[in-house]
Amino acid sequence: MTQRVEAVNDFVVKFANVNGSGSASANELFAKAILRMGVPVSPRNIFPSNIQGLPTWYEVRVSEAGWLGRRGGVDMMVAMNPQTFAQDLAEVAPGGYLFYDSTRPMPDSAFPADVNVIRMPVTAICNATYEDPRQRTLFKNIMVLGALSALMDIDAAVIEKLFSEQYRGKEKLLESNVRALHAGREFARDHLCPPRGPGLGLRVRRAEGVGERIFVDGNSAAALGCVYGGATVCAWYPITPSSSVAEAFQKYCEKFRVDPATGEHRYAIVQAEDEIASIGMVTGAGWNGARAFTATSGPGVSLMTEFIGLAYFAEIPVTIIDVQRGGPSTGMPTRTQQADLLSCAYASHGDTRHVLLLPQDPAECFEFAAAALDLADRLQTPVFLLSDLDIGMNQRLCPPFRWDDARRHDRGKVMSAEALQAGQPFARYQDVDGDGIAWRTLPGTHPSKGAYFTRGTTRDPQARYSEAGPDYVYNMQRLLRKFATAATLVPPPVVKPAARQTRLGVLYFGSTAPAMDEALHTLAGQHIHLDAMRLRAFPFPASVAEFIAAHEQVFVVEQNRDGQMRRLLVDELEVDPRRLPSVLHYDGTPITARFITQAITERVLALAVAPQGARP
Amino acid sequence: MTYLAKPRLHHPSLERNAVGYTRRDYEGKVSTLCAGCGHDSVSAAIVQAAWELAIEPHRVAKLSGIGCSSKTPDYFLGASHGFNTVHGRMPSVLTGACLANRELLYLGLSGDGDSASIGLGQFAHAMRRGVRMVYIVENNGVYGLTKGQFSATADRGSTSKKGVPNPDAPVDLVAMAMQLGATYVARSFSGDKAQMVPLIKGAIAHGGAAFIDIISPCVTFNNHAGSTRSYDYVREHNEAVSRIDFFDPAPAVQAEPAPGEAIDLPQPGGGTMRLRRLHADHDPTDRVGAMNHLMALHEQGEIATGLLFVDPAARDLHHALRTPALPLNRLDEAVLCPGAAALARLNAALR
Repeated sequence: MTQRVEAVNDFVVKFANVNGSGSASANELFAKAILRMGVPVSPRNIFPSNIQGLPTWYEVRVSEAGWLGRRGGVDMMVAMNPQTFAQDLAEVAPGGYLFYDSTRPMPDSAFPADVNVIRMPVTAICNATYEDPRQRTLFKNIMVLGALSALMDIDAAVIEKLFSEQYRGKEKLLESNVRALHAGREFARDHLCPPRGPGLGLRVRRAEGVGERIFVDGNSAAALGCVYGGATVCAWYPITPSSSVAEAFQKYCEKFRVDPATGEHRYAIVQAEDEIASIGMVTGAGWNGARAFTATSGPGVSLMTEFIGLAYFAEIPVTIIDVQRGGPSTGMPTRTQQADLLSCAYASHGDTRHVLLLPQDPAECFEFAAAALDLADRLQTPVFLLSDLDIGMNQRLCPPFRWDDARRHDRGKVMSAEALQAGQPFARYQDVDGDGIAWRTLPGTHPSKGAYFTRGTTRDPQARYSEAGPDYVYNMQRLLRKFATAATLVPPPVVKPAARQTRLGVLYFGSTAPAMDEALHTLAGQHIHLDAMRLRAFPFPASVAEFIAAHEQVFVVEQNRDGQMRRLLVDELEVDPRRLPSVLHYDGTPITARFITQAITERVLALAVAPQGARP
Repeated sequence: MTYLAKPRLHHPSLERNAVGYTRRDYEGKVSTLCAGCGHDSVSAAIVQAAWELAIEPHRVAKLSGIGCSSKTPDYFLGASHGFNTVHGRMPSVLTGACLANRELLYLGLSGDGDSASIGLGQFAHAMRRGVRMVYIVENNGVYGLTKGQFSATADRGSTSKKGVPNPDAPVDLVAMAMQLGATYVARSFSGDKAQMVPLIKGAIAHGGAAFIDIISPCVTFNNHAGSTRSYDYVREHNEAVSRIDFFDPAPAVQAEPAPGEAIDLPQPGGGTMRLRRLHADHDPTDRVGAMNHLMALHEQGEIATGLLFVDPAARDLHHALRTPALPLNRLDEAVLCPGAAALARLNAALR
């Protein structure tokens, strides 16, 4: 008897398609339909660096318990791409299901014994139903969706409602999609579902697991955060996976920032000629008192480093959204990674240090984008929002966006004409209250007071060019004080204490979070308890060093080859590296709960045999 | 250059302009450039132009790249905010600054190294975009601050101070600007203040990007026999195509170019030299005609100076982006932030 995976509201379905075939929207409908039935879902696109014709995958994790990270393993593969058939088949878990287009049927011997095969001659059905070649391709995916909905008990009415929202005002499209959906359902009922066929052991059942949460991608969220955060200037250059940040910002500005009376645009978006011009424009705008940002990825940050150094040393507010992807160099443009930590934290030659914000999901992308604009103005320095492809380009279930109407943007220490006129002393690079942040003036403020020269060269506190050693050292020390102030202003880490007292801890950040949440739960079930701290920014607030000091071993889990966060911790906090074992995942796919669980289990067992580290 | 501090007291008879400022109010710090440097003359022309136009000095933002010419903003308009950016990237910073506050006047100072080598791309895109600015390149064919390497505008065959010939063809920023659709294109000579001042005034009043390439000989590294950017060479080969006498738009006075007229150029070591011959029939509103003329003169090894092309109806990037009259840097939460209610509706649409 073939084993069968049987699961309700707890499984992984992976769609293998050819990109450019219309599969993306059908796959999104699948995910959204399950969400609308109250079951948490987290879908992930694994797409090629190409426009049309190459393999693309869409992996959907369904989890009533609410685990939103990748689990690892595939319970059902919907294999619609002949090109990748062999590898897709190999990914199916024992007892899992392979759904494929049997228009060109394969013999039973082509399939391993522990895979349950579900056959639907989709192409043949489509060719019989439609004349137009475009329709034949597009509706293939909807028919498959229909068949799956019947097999898995996904409510057809839910899908029809989604269609009606998608095709509002386009009655013909709506009608043909609904027809394709039901054609697929009928086929499944007549050939695949019991009693005609063995059916599918993976089922969806209505639940109350979604609540108030929203379903949105990180890039859109970051763009919206920039709108709420008061950005008026955006200069950018297209690069995967950050282009949709600027595009979303454009869309939201058209909706929210057009003066209804005059039609004027309360924003300026320039698609510059390259990343250097982009950051140059942001620097000029920030210098002149407008909140400005750019969005890019690793290669763009490399190009921008000269300007980042200028903004650091001349102390100009600048916000950079880096949606990280696989590096180095052109790397893996459509794969995720957390590999820009060091290049952002220490961007540019000489002694520099920059503020990094590390969101875990779209809700934090929104919150931290607005926070970045405040911090850049307050600290007069570059602030990076370090997102990644996994968060930025996938839709994620997350808490709804929140904004307090009483909130005011923090414009920082900008001296007004009134203050200058009243005789308030002004020295552009003088620390007046110990936080390391000097006052600045904006161009055009006062006829005879407050003007100064901004340069990337060394200076005295009055902004006069000075090559004197003490002036330079004063300036550099003040910048360090400013960075220490930043540590008190950035989002603090979030601690999840273990259920039991433990000497073990784990540090993680960003898109690792959902997989880590699940791994911690699984590990606890295996009696491996770890206190967890999710880092949300650099510089590290004092609690980070305290957390490390309170544990014998703290695993640092991250998605890059060289343990960049671990290096930052060791360098900045002067921790003994032997206390911080690395758990690294960096093949370009988002880290899975199983990977973390396995890696930590192995290491904990090794520690049990050979304990490390000095006893306090 | 001198080491004397500038006098703080103004002579009571110094003339005041329409906003009550004397010429001194438009000056900056003492120049640290070499004695006889052409760039100092350009700075003086900027001071003169700004004073004559009665601009309030603090309502100007002056930006530059890196190089000798990029140092000059320190030597004029001391009451204005200045920004010495990075090599070749002044246009992008100026563009961003301009977007933030459309009410200020933007001067971009650059050199031929800054704008024709590393900055060639940003120069080109600033011209294309039509950012409202005065873009002045102080062109001496050499990298002065790093001690005498050729720049991309140095003519092929011209020799460096040590006798090394330049093998590459030159970049002509004026021709490029014309081809890229720039709406105010001029060339002048640092020794010809009478020509420079009206050109700068016209540039300040212009509604789009105004570009002036000013031949400004380097006395230290390029003003020797064999250089095509020396005082001697320019004197012998220059031909002024039009002469504008710029006046404020209110009084409608226009000067006509006079054929055969010349102006006197000061030389280092005393004496004067004739520079400009006017073309009576040059039409500065004919872009193609201007480009042809430039090429023809170039073939003869000559440099045209004057206002080569202008589109008087030109508009700028702010117009294209439909930004509000109130500068972006003065908008606050009330108009920038959509509010909690709008966010709740957005959330609802995302479920």
